[in-house]
Amino acid sequence: MTIASNSPPIRRRGDGLLAAVFIAPAMLGFLVFLLWPTLRGIYLSFTRFNLLTPAEWVGLDNYVRMVNDPIFWDSLTVTVEYVVLNIGVQTVAALAIAVLLQRLTQSAMLRGVVLTPYLMSNVVAGLVWLWILDTQLGIGNEIISALGVDRIPFLADETWAIPTIALINVWRHVGYTALLLFAGLQAIPNDVYEAAKVDGASEWRMFWRVTMPLLRPVLAVVLIMTVIGSFQVFDTVAVTTAGGPANATNVLQFYIYGSAFGRFQFGYASAMSVALLVVLSAITVLQYRLTRAGQSDLG
Amino acid sequence: MATLTTPAAPAAPSTSQPTVRPTKRRFSFGRATAWTVLVLIILVTLLPFYWILRTALSTNAGLNADPANPLPVDLTTTGFERALGLQSAEEAIAQGGAGGGLDFWRYLLNSVIVATLITGCQIFFSAMAAYAFARLRWRGRDKVFGLFLAGLMVPTIFTLLPNFVLIKQLHLVDSLLGIALPSLFMTPFAVFFLRQFFMNIPHEVEEAALLDGAGKVRIFFRVILPMASTPILTLAVLTYITSWNDYFWPLMVSYSDGSRVLTVALAIFRAQTPATGVDWSGLTAATLIAALPMLVLFACSARRIVSSIGFTGIK
Repeated sequence: MTIASNSPPIRRRGDGLLAAVFIAPAMLGFLVFLLWPTLRGIYLSFTRFNLLTPAEWVGLDNYVRMVNDPIFWDSLTVTVEYVVLNIGVQTVAALAIAVLLQRLTQSAMLRGVVLTPYLMSNVVAGLVWLWILDTQLGIGNEIISALGVDRIPFLADETWAIPTIALINVWRHVGYTALLLFAGLQAIPNDVYEAAKVDGASEWRMFWRVTMPLLRPVLAVVLIMTVIGSFQVFDTVAVTTAGGPANATNVLQFYIYGSAFGRFQFGYASAMSVALLVVLSAITVLQYRLTRAGQSDLG
Repeated sequence: MATLTTPAAPAAPSTSQPTVRPTKRRFSFGRATAWTVLVLIILVTLLPFYWILRTALSTNAGLNADPANPLPVDLTTTGFERALGLQSAEEAIAQGGAGGGLDFWRYLLNSVIVATLITGCQIFFSAMAAYAFARLRWRGRDKVFGLFLAGLMVPTIFTLLPNFVLIKQLHLVDSLLGIALPSLFMTPFAVFFLRQFFMNIPHEVEEAALLDGAGKVRIFFRVILPMASTPILTLAVLTYITSWNDYFWPLMVSYSDGSRVLTVALAIFRAQTPATGVDWSGLTAATLIAALPMLVLFACSARRIVSSIGFTGIK
């Protein structure tokens, strides 16, 4: 949007005072609850702080400790494993749902139905699946054992726990992601599909040759957003496995929470938060570059 | 998002009206497969809800005896009574509950207060700021807006620990205001999102009102807000859902009944596992109590918001 050059000659002097009033509440919120905590979080990462006595400057101690902390690295690995599974499955599923919804039916009701799990909290989604996948009584395991296969302790087993949590969160978020992609698909003009059809292209071919290239910028932005969200996983782990069994689901955010509120090491927890912030920023920049998210091939 | 002004593909036949069904649809293998997949996806989406309802209406003894029954076992509402604190501790324990005395009416009320407070204030204050960025002329506007945009880069989770320290210093730990306060004034996303919509409102509308002698404040309330009602409603519903479902932050701030919201209460209910095993009947009943208000809210607003969700997400 350009600056309104065609605005009427009245009130040429600007609206400084009024603008100050209009922006004051948001500015207060921005400074006190966003900018200040960000700076303070970085500061706390260089201190020893237990919440009760004043923070004490310790330089790089927390970072040195972090680099030498096997649990931190383990936790980072578990988190990355979770993100890869979660984002991989979710993106493919969301894309499939979006394309099916767009090419088969334009029903707004179905789009609403697909969104319903998103209305639940992560806590509710976690509990729902904790029950369904319960080893002894869950219907999931009842079906598995009826098929003659051994019951699977989905959330109590070291190898199964992370994939299970990743899929529970796919269940909750895939509908929302699908709707974002659906909106992107709606922006692709119908003529392109008509033209491809005249040329005798199949739906499958149209998906790879028309839909995917034209959806790329939207897909890229959605991917960046969901990856950032995925790295912050906490709720589902907290209610289903509490980090176990044997730290198998001790995702970074859970370890940070435990360090701060379980062991009152706010300084160390802040240092790990800063590390997560750095990782996320790096991934975002990298993704943005790789996917050329800022450019569109449409027109 | 950019408006659609794409050059028409040269090979495209000039269909005078873009018909939804270009060719008569015959049965095809591909379409049948696609529908099957879609139906399966919808089943996976919806069946867990049925299963929770079925469990909530069963007794714990019945669930143990007949775990695979597709219908409620010993149809009963005792699970809901336990979740709502209507049972005595002895009754609850006898039926496989923890007897911990959780009162979900209270948590329901707390959740309503927090989510309403956050949604109302955050949207209103963000709209005011968005108006100042979109429609008022003042020095430094673009620089300040750039600062807000940079705020979009900080993941919420990063600010939680320092914000907790701040809320503690303000002596607001374990209060509903403490839970709501950090989200009360703005989110960079809400400001950015509303600014986009306000900028797309034609200047002529505003100028007409100005010539009629209306002030900028009046224009904001009488012209801008009504014209952006659909995006505002969409943002409001999504904000309500997000704050209703938030768990991590209330978990940090709230310690006792007075400030406990539903998500935190649910996790506590889950943690109070009695010696006899998890009280699944009571837990699923509590889960439904926590989820139902959002289902109703969405059912009432879905018609207006479902089509505008794309714009919400793609900034």
